[in-house]
Amino acid sequence: MTGSFEPKIVGILCNWCSYAGADLAGTSRLKYPANIHIVRVMCSGRVDPTFVLKAFELGADGVLVSGCRPGDCHYVDGNYKTMRRTPLLENLLRQMGVEPARFRQVWVSASQGEIFARIVEEMVKDLKEIGPYMRQGGEDLA
Amino acid sequence: MPKLNLAIYWAAACGGCDVAILDLDEKILNVAEAANIVLWPIAMDYKYQDLSLLPKDSIDVCLFNGAVRNSEQKELAEILRERSRVMVAFGSCACFGGIPGLANFSNREGILKRVYKTSPTTVNHEGILPQAETAVPEGTLTLPAFMNRVYTLNQVVDVDYYLPGCPPPPDLIWTAVEAIVSGNLPPKGSVIAGTKSLCDTCQRVKEQKNLKGFVRPHEIIPDPEKCLLEQGLVCCGPATRDGCGHRCIKANMPCRGCFGPTGNIHDQGAKLVSALTSILQATTKEEARQAAETIVDAAGTFYRFGLPDALLQRVKRREQA
Amino acid sequence: MKRITIDPITRLEGHGKIEVFLDDAGNVAKAYLQIPELRGFEKFCEGRAAEEMPRIVPRICGVCPEAHHLASAKALDSLWQVDPPPAAKKLRELFYCAHFIHSHIAHFYALAAPDFVVGPGADKSQRNILGVVAKVGLETGTQVIKHRSYAQKIQAMIGGKATHPVCGLPGGMSKPLSEEERKHIEAMAMSCVDFAKESLQIFEDVVLKNNEYVKLILSEMYQLAPYSMGLVDGNNRVNFYDGLVRVVDQKGQEVAKFASHQYPDFIAEHVESWSYLKFPYLKNPGWKGIMEDAESGILWVGPLGRLNAAEGMATPMAQKAYEKMYGALGGKPSRATLAFHWARLVELLYAAERMLELSQDPEITSTDIRRLPTAIPREGFGIVEAPRGTLYHHYQTNEQGILEKVNIVVATAHNYAAMNISVDKAAKGLVKNGELNQQALNMIEMAFRAYDPCFGCATHTMPGSLPVDIKIYNSQGEPWINLPW
Repeated sequence: MTGSFEPKIVGILCNWCSYAGADLAGTSRLKYPANIHIVRVMCSGRVDPTFVLKAFELGADGVLVSGCRPGDCHYVDGNYKTMRRTPLLENLLRQMGVEPARFRQVWVSASQGEIFARIVEEMVKDLKEIGPYMRQGGEDLA
Repeated sequence: MPKLNLAIYWAAACGGCDVAILDLDEKILNVAEAANIVLWPIAMDYKYQDLSLLPKDSIDVCLFNGAVRNSEQKELAEILRERSRVMVAFGSCACFGGIPGLANFSNREGILKRVYKTSPTTVNHEGILPQAETAVPEGTLTLPAFMNRVYTLNQVVDVDYYLPGCPPPPDLIWTAVEAIVSGNLPPKGSVIAGTKSLCDTCQRVKEQKNLKGFVRPHEIIPDPEKCLLEQGLVCCGPATRDGCGHRCIKANMPCRGCFGPTGNIHDQGAKLVSALTSILQATTKEEARQAAETIVDAAGTFYRFGLPDALLQRVKRREQA
Repeated sequence: MKRITIDPITRLEGHGKIEVFLDDAGNVAKAYLQIPELRGFEKFCEGRAAEEMPRIVPRICGVCPEAHHLASAKALDSLWQVDPPPAAKKLRELFYCAHFIHSHIAHFYALAAPDFVVGPGADKSQRNILGVVAKVGLETGTQVIKHRSYAQKIQAMIGGKATHPVCGLPGGMSKPLSEEERKHIEAMAMSCVDFAKESLQIFEDVVLKNNEYVKLILSEMYQLAPYSMGLVDGNNRVNFYDGLVRVVDQKGQEVAKFASHQYPDFIAEHVESWSYLKFPYLKNPGWKGIMEDAESGILWVGPLGRLNAAEGMATPMAQKAYEKMYGALGGKPSRATLAFHWARLVELLYAAERMLELSQDPEITSTDIRRLPTAIPREGFGIVEAPRGTLYHHYQTNEQGILEKVNIVVATAHNYAAMNISVDKAAKGLVKNGELNQQALNMIEMAFRAYDPCFGCATHTMPGSLPVDIKIYNSQGEPWINLPW
């Protein structure tokens, strides 16, 4: 079962650091799984928690949000907004029955292509273990 | 003008919506004058057979309160929808799932086990659970099926209008009644309430929001004039639709979001994560984590009245999907 | 075997239905009162912050949300071991008296009065509040609406909202009462006292002066002899908000008196597979089945249960009315199910008198209405008398005050076994040899209606909307007769 399951991950990356980092992974010909579908935003601070929930609602098995490292934000403190949001969003997701491995918020700089590739690999591995995302509470046949 | 045929039905609800209709006081007589009430909450399943015989569209307006929790309520919602020209989700339970919707944190099995087996006063050595059919010496007794989850009305049938509130305040009920009676109805899908957020219309003094973390309502005596959020209380005002008359806030208690999100918010919980963390001072991950821990039941607070309507729980009707 | 289905009859945290099985001779073999709904508060309150409970549990019942609100607030006082200041307790009680006035008026006039004032066998189109108004005059009808509305206004003033209040917190109340509000409440309370007296007068004129009704009240099919339970004050007088739970037996002897935290020693609940509602009973003597027997722990709660369990009323006019009632019923405890209505009006007068007293209490406008809790929470118990009977809330939390276990035994449930017996007895007394008429069927309903099983005020208020559709099925379960009701 786990062998045949290919998790879908939505990666929401900031334009200045993390997207460039992912790009570097590509241009460096680093291999990482094709399970991630990347959405580029101008800043991780722009990532409304709604985006994360919406991704799960539309069928994502995992969501990755990545921004510049603290202090490196192109907009000075956009990533601090992300940092303040993340723990509460994680708590909310946990209560809603979304396992912690399904949501990760990381910092990846433009030079960290290798780190980016490793994070995606790890996430795919973890998600293969826990299987597809299922809504909390069970379903009715009706 | 011919009298309107009005149906008022209640599903998984507490009856507070019915009391709210009675709180129209003497205006209730105007309702009786303008409308022929073909179904009142209490009249529901014994009219069940009669209801099935009613032709399509023979009810002008159906005010449906309560969430959909069991098989009987689902069936009744379908029957009423087919026979009603206008279907109004009346009150927070029908609109968003309401307090009974909190049951979606658990499921059928979990609820039955707690209620009938492990509660401290229950004596049930045989482990009896309510059954769809029970044979008694005289015949068979039946019960509706308890479903796994709670649904909002629009997850079960098509809804024309939404009248939120737990319960809806009499002035909004009257607005809706007048619109219905005059035939001057807003576009389909309209929410009969304010368009702004509760914060936008709140009269409390707002200065600067800059918090280390939050406090719980029993931990402080808040200043009755100042913004409750600034005083550290989790208030759902930033993500909640206006129209309630600020009833809780005037009683010096924070909003719990019974009017649901405003039109431009996709998810009340997500919006509150964003709003509440935007007023935190935290400059390190650890500080942010500690601040988040001061909100002890985030999902149960942010989705207090709307868990079945939360993005992560929302179920689409077959015809919508 | 033929069966008669009355579905639904009630609104008891939802709905209810009665199944009456007839034997081959057309006599009643057995009647069942089933509750087909469950919402599961005990489960989904787990994980919530305890202090939020007074604003969650009112949704158990929108007709008596204040009862759940205050039982919950008291459970939180106990959980955090914090005693609210005297003014806060008085404010809660004032608020709660208003609630009783709203609830008792709604039940008596909208539900019970049609059976008595208009008559149990009157045409169905007349047997509703409008029929009552036609009989007693529009003036009285206006008074009914006005005083129920006063009660709602007072609750909204103190509680924030009339339905689903928000004022109760561990250790007190969220908002003090202003002098302006107090004056307003005092004026309304005075008017409520007069209205309650008039209501008792109407009961006397219409019911007690009609021999047919008196006979009905005293007739065997409307008698029952269970234990009676209710909260009493230090002098064993009825109290809605606080005190000890007192239980008396069929002869009026005290068999138990306990504080909230002792309730699991006295109350247990039985489960049947044909109903979602459990059957609470008195642990000693225990569950012996749904049967009327001194050996069976079946209870009465609510107005007559309370008055039976107490030794009097704490206000002067209500005390007189209490004495008069038991005088007329032939002593205490009363076994007459239909006397629940009378007891309800005695309580209406008590609630109005007590509300007036409290509104004139110099302390009622005090701003000292909160104590902040400092203890570590673990377990809390809260009991109040809901209009329909004794209500228990019991919470267990972790050290952060997050709920781990919740147990709620609701007022109407205590009467559930007794209601089943009452319905069965009435059905057996009224349906003979397969003869069935609308009056008889309504009179079966009167057997449970007396208990006011959270039956909404709305039930009979509208013309054209009638409470029951009777279906009779043959032994194969096929429709046999359909009487539009």
